[in-house]
Amino acid sequence: MKKSVFFGALTVAGVAAGVAAAGTLDDVKARGKLNCGVTTGLVGFAAPDANGEWNGFDVAVCRAVAAAVLGDASAVEFVPTTGKTRFTALASGEIDMLARNTTWTFSRDVDLKFTFVGVNYYDGQGFMVPKELGVSSAKDLDGATVCIQTGTTTELNLADFFRSNNINYEPVPIETNAEAQQQYLAGACDVYTTDASGLAATRATFEAPGDHVLLPEIISKEPLGPLVRHGDNEWGDVVRWTLNALITAEELGVTSANIADMASAAGGNPEINRLLGTEGTLGEMLGLSADWAKNAIAVSGNYGEIFEKNIGESTPIGLARGLNAQWTDGGLIYSPPFR
Amino acid sequence: MSDTHAHSVAYVRETQLPQQPPPSTAAGPVKWTKDNLFSNIPYTILTLAAIYCIYLILSGFLPWALNGVWNTSNIRECREVLEGATGGCFSVLTERWNQLVFGTGYERSQYWRPTLAFALLFVAAAPVLFQKLPKGMLAFTAIYPFLAFYLIWGGTIYTPILAMVGFVVGYVVYSRLVAGSFAAGFFGGLAAAVVTWWLGGIVVSAITPDETFLAAVPSRDMGGFMLNMILGVVCVSLSLPIGIALALGRQSNMPIIKWICVIFIEFIRGVPLITLLFVANVILAFFFPPGTNFDLILRVIIMITMFSAAYIAEVIRGGLAALPRGQYEAADSLGLDYAQAMRLIILPQALKISIPGIVNVAVGLFKDTTLVSVISMFDLVGMIRGPILASTDWNGVYWELWAFAITLFFVVCYGISQYSQWLERQLATDHR
Repeated sequence: MKKSVFFGALTVAGVAAGVAAAGTLDDVKARGKLNCGVTTGLVGFAAPDANGEWNGFDVAVCRAVAAAVLGDASAVEFVPTTGKTRFTALASGEIDMLARNTTWTFSRDVDLKFTFVGVNYYDGQGFMVPKELGVSSAKDLDGATVCIQTGTTTELNLADFFRSNNINYEPVPIETNAEAQQQYLAGACDVYTTDASGLAATRATFEAPGDHVLLPEIISKEPLGPLVRHGDNEWGDVVRWTLNALITAEELGVTSANIADMASAAGGNPEINRLLGTEGTLGEMLGLSADWAKNAIAVSGNYGEIFEKNIGESTPIGLARGLNAQWTDGGLIYSPPFR
Repeated sequence: MSDTHAHSVAYVRETQLPQQPPPSTAAGPVKWTKDNLFSNIPYTILTLAAIYCIYLILSGFLPWALNGVWNTSNIRECREVLEGATGGCFSVLTERWNQLVFGTGYERSQYWRPTLAFALLFVAAAPVLFQKLPKGMLAFTAIYPFLAFYLIWGGTIYTPILAMVGFVVGYVVYSRLVAGSFAAGFFGGLAAAVVTWWLGGIVVSAITPDETFLAAVPSRDMGGFMLNMILGVVCVSLSLPIGIALALGRQSNMPIIKWICVIFIEFIRGVPLITLLFVANVILAFFFPPGTNFDLILRVIIMITMFSAAYIAEVIRGGLAALPRGQYEAADSLGLDYAQAMRLIILPQALKISIPGIVNVAVGLFKDTTLVSVISMFDLVGMIRGPILASTDWNGVYWELWAFAITLFFVVCYGISQYSQWLERQLATDHR
């Protein structure tokens, strides 16, 4: 507890409550630390390791933004949030950005007043059932008990899907993914439904993964991405273009291995030069240093490298790129040009 | 005697026969078994059924516990080692031990800090818990909160020193003014302490070096069982005096004090703890100016303390109500004023009656500290549900972790309960 905290209670009254919020970017720079909201733990996306070091696919976005803004990938305060506390934490200013596999929806964007800056993972809701149930399509699930996480879009999608197909189900509400796994294995529900990435990750940890099948239906679009508060477009731009820089880096073949070379002097490809700050003034326009994108990419590599390291096929989670391949490879991952 | 019958009886035994042990069917374990387990047919059936149940439980539990794996680095390795045999992956406990106990805040070389604070807790608590120890030890108890704060949170040593100085200044002013009136003493002392903290706060921030002897650990990174212990110990020790004050306030003749206490107690008791925690975590942030960083642990401590203080107040009110009216009148007739009567006559008796209830609240409170996992703090339960079960290494290990958590909580709660029973026997002066 810092001393400011210790006396915080006493001085709160003295501080004018109506202090106009300065820009988040200035706040972050002044603080020297980025407050990034993450999940309390989701396999592959965010979890602290045995040394307390946060790792994961969403965590990499936080670190990239910290590196772009502050030049230091470790200048991040990871604030764990649950499905229920994440939006209040962001709205109240406790965190500067939220990278917590959050689905971009109309009402979250418009009604809750957040700005989704992009999509870092295209997901969709699927179903997992034990093989012995002999079910081959989600439409055969009439009367099934379904384990479902509360407070998420999956809950709503599930209701929509069953209603539109005119079949019944019995929901078993669950708080966390870990709990759902346990309930599912214990037979408390016939079906477990969540994002397909989560199902694959979950199945990979079973003792006998072969005894469970993922049904072919994907019943929803779940574009997951980082978000910031409405109304601070400068800050939104910083986060958006940091994410875009990671994606563009993969498209242009900039990797953690060759970035030092490429950034040392202007090369033959003008877009790489603009991205890495050896040409043009993109960093200045954002209010950052010229090498902001270089710093962001150098942390854990480009988008593809981050994917491979945290959730890709070489990890126990073993997700294929699928929809999350670059647009040049038939996927949906696409960044506007750096110009 | 033997002479009398010498002629008429052929043989008279002159000594008593040595006692024979009873037949094996009428004594010892055989008899006990027969009397208690197989005395008639229904009993026999129940006994056999119970033995079968115990067998079922042990045949599942023992291979799991004894065949456990303690030194693999993830669940896949653990399953390879087990090769399909039944056995627990206890290596999650050894690998994540530090996280389970201390959270993620400390460097590996810094674990001695919370450990030392924990060990000193017993030294500090001893003179309060056991009256026979020398009273001089209470001095250490008074210093302990500041020492523990310094050890656990680190940072500059001036902060705890300043906090202590504030209390001392407040007490000095109080003791000067209290002779006039209690209210003047109380509010004068409070004001003096606040002014000291405020002025000192400015000085401390000015003289704090960048590098401190003990590295500062942010509250956000506190976790594991240590967080449960911090919340439990701090909240119980704070809520006891507050609860006493509330209980006395509720019985006061002064209407404002009485109604403040009644409304506070009834409001807090009417609200679930989890909603108070949600308020502390998410709602309060809206009320503070942007950039204010009011420590999360402090917020949670305030909420839990308020909650348990209201319950303890009601328990103590029960104790006060159980005292015969004559005790109050006796105190008055001796010419004692209110403070003396309470301190010397009423409270010692009322608190003794209230011990089981207070301990009940304390044990419940200690277990309720796990609720902070719902507001995304990594206490023991939050640590298990969040980081550990969500790591690719340990996703899928449940029983080992929850068994560990249960064991830790059971040991502490059972210890508290045993202490309270011992204390009741010590204080049983009525020779019933």
